[in-house]
Amino acid sequence: MRIAISAGGNSLNDKLQSRFGRADKFLIYDTADESFIIIDNKQNLQAAQGAGIQSAQNIVNSGAHVLISGHCGPKAFSILNSSNIKIFTSAEIAISEAIQLMLDGKLTELQNSDVEGHWV
Amino acid sequence: MKIAIASGKGGTGKTTVSIALANAMDRPLKLLDCDVEEPNCHLFYKETSDFEGMNIYQQVPEVDPKKCDGCGKCAEICQFNSIMSIKGSAAMVFPEMCHACGGCFLICPQSAIREIPFKIGALATEKISAEKELITGFLDIGIAMAPPVIKNVLKEVENYDGLVIIDSPPGTSCPFVTTVKASDFVVFVAEPTPFGLNDLQIAVETVREIGIPFAVIINRATSSNNIITEYCIRENIRVLIQIEDSRKVAEVYSNGGTLIDALPHLKNDFATLLREVESECSEVLQ
Repeated sequence: MRIAISAGGNSLNDKLQSRFGRADKFLIYDTADESFIIIDNKQNLQAAQGAGIQSAQNIVNSGAHVLISGHCGPKAFSILNSSNIKIFTSAEIAISEAIQLMLDGKLTELQNSDVEGHWV
Repeated sequence: MKIAIASGKGGTGKTTVSIALANAMDRPLKLLDCDVEEPNCHLFYKETSDFEGMNIYQQVPEVDPKKCDGCGKCAEICQFNSIMSIKGSAAMVFPEMCHACGGCFLICPQSAIREIPFKIGALATEKISAEKELITGFLDIGIAMAPPVIKNVLKEVENYDGLVIIDSPPGTSCPFVTTVKASDFVVFVAEPTPFGLNDLQIAVETVREIGIPFAVIINRATSSNNIITEYCIRENIRVLIQIEDSRKVAEVYSNGGTLIDALPHLKNDFATLLREVESECSEVLQ
């Protein structure tokens, strides 16, 4: 299983970032071999609009099965949902800790977007 | 001759001044309400049966899932993230984000995208006196793209040579720029508060960059020397009129009356002011 996490840094010890659309990067963790890769999300930091859409597209194209982030807006939710990606919410804790909590079934799965879309 | 009444800061009296100017003139004119997110000029005129409305649409993409092979070129060219592509499935469109640039139609190698109309607002034209007309743009709730609606309102007076008074949107972003760009002269309505001054400065810098002549009306002046007059002297900006801070204006206004109902002596001042602005502009044009 591949798990995507909105990340503030490049390692498993770095903190999870609660914002999704404008997260600095995404860490994609593979439980099969406990390896991970980093996807840069820089283009979205400056995007005038649609950062959540673009980020969701990045997550889908990364082949992730699960996303862990702080929040998820309506458009990103609909994209991730239509690609059967499960979304879990977490506080800004260490990425390794968030992964463990998710695997232990201790994170809440989002059934719907939990924040409004925002405009410029 | 098109005069935009603008401000930078909201709530300084753009609509108050726009209506006062329109009512002060004894000749044909068109009053435009380009503050399409919250148009309010119409509140000050009696509803008449002489009313014409039409919907405003924008062309947005629709993807044919049978033709789309998910190549992702449309999502790549879209600067507004309004079209999204996932490997192996048809592209997904978020029409409310679209700026109608047309890039996706042109770039699609499969010709899988066609344009469909998407309603973003409406436009209303009504007579407010025998020779005056009010044209209002309304942006639909939930739609973020004000400029296309504003452009439709401005198009109504594209070939009109008479006097046009434009109640502009607040701020200094795209809706403001779209409106003032179509004008010959900008009148800023400013209030003498630190916030009012700050936003006036930003608006002045924006209009200087665009290159349109402008002047300032000070609203709610408590003294003839205030932070706005100080700024205008420093920057060599003409102050056209100072409207006194008066409770009466607020009382009359809240009952649907206008500035001129509250302070009748302003009628002549406004008429003179408009004539001055007009002659100044025609000199520039010649």
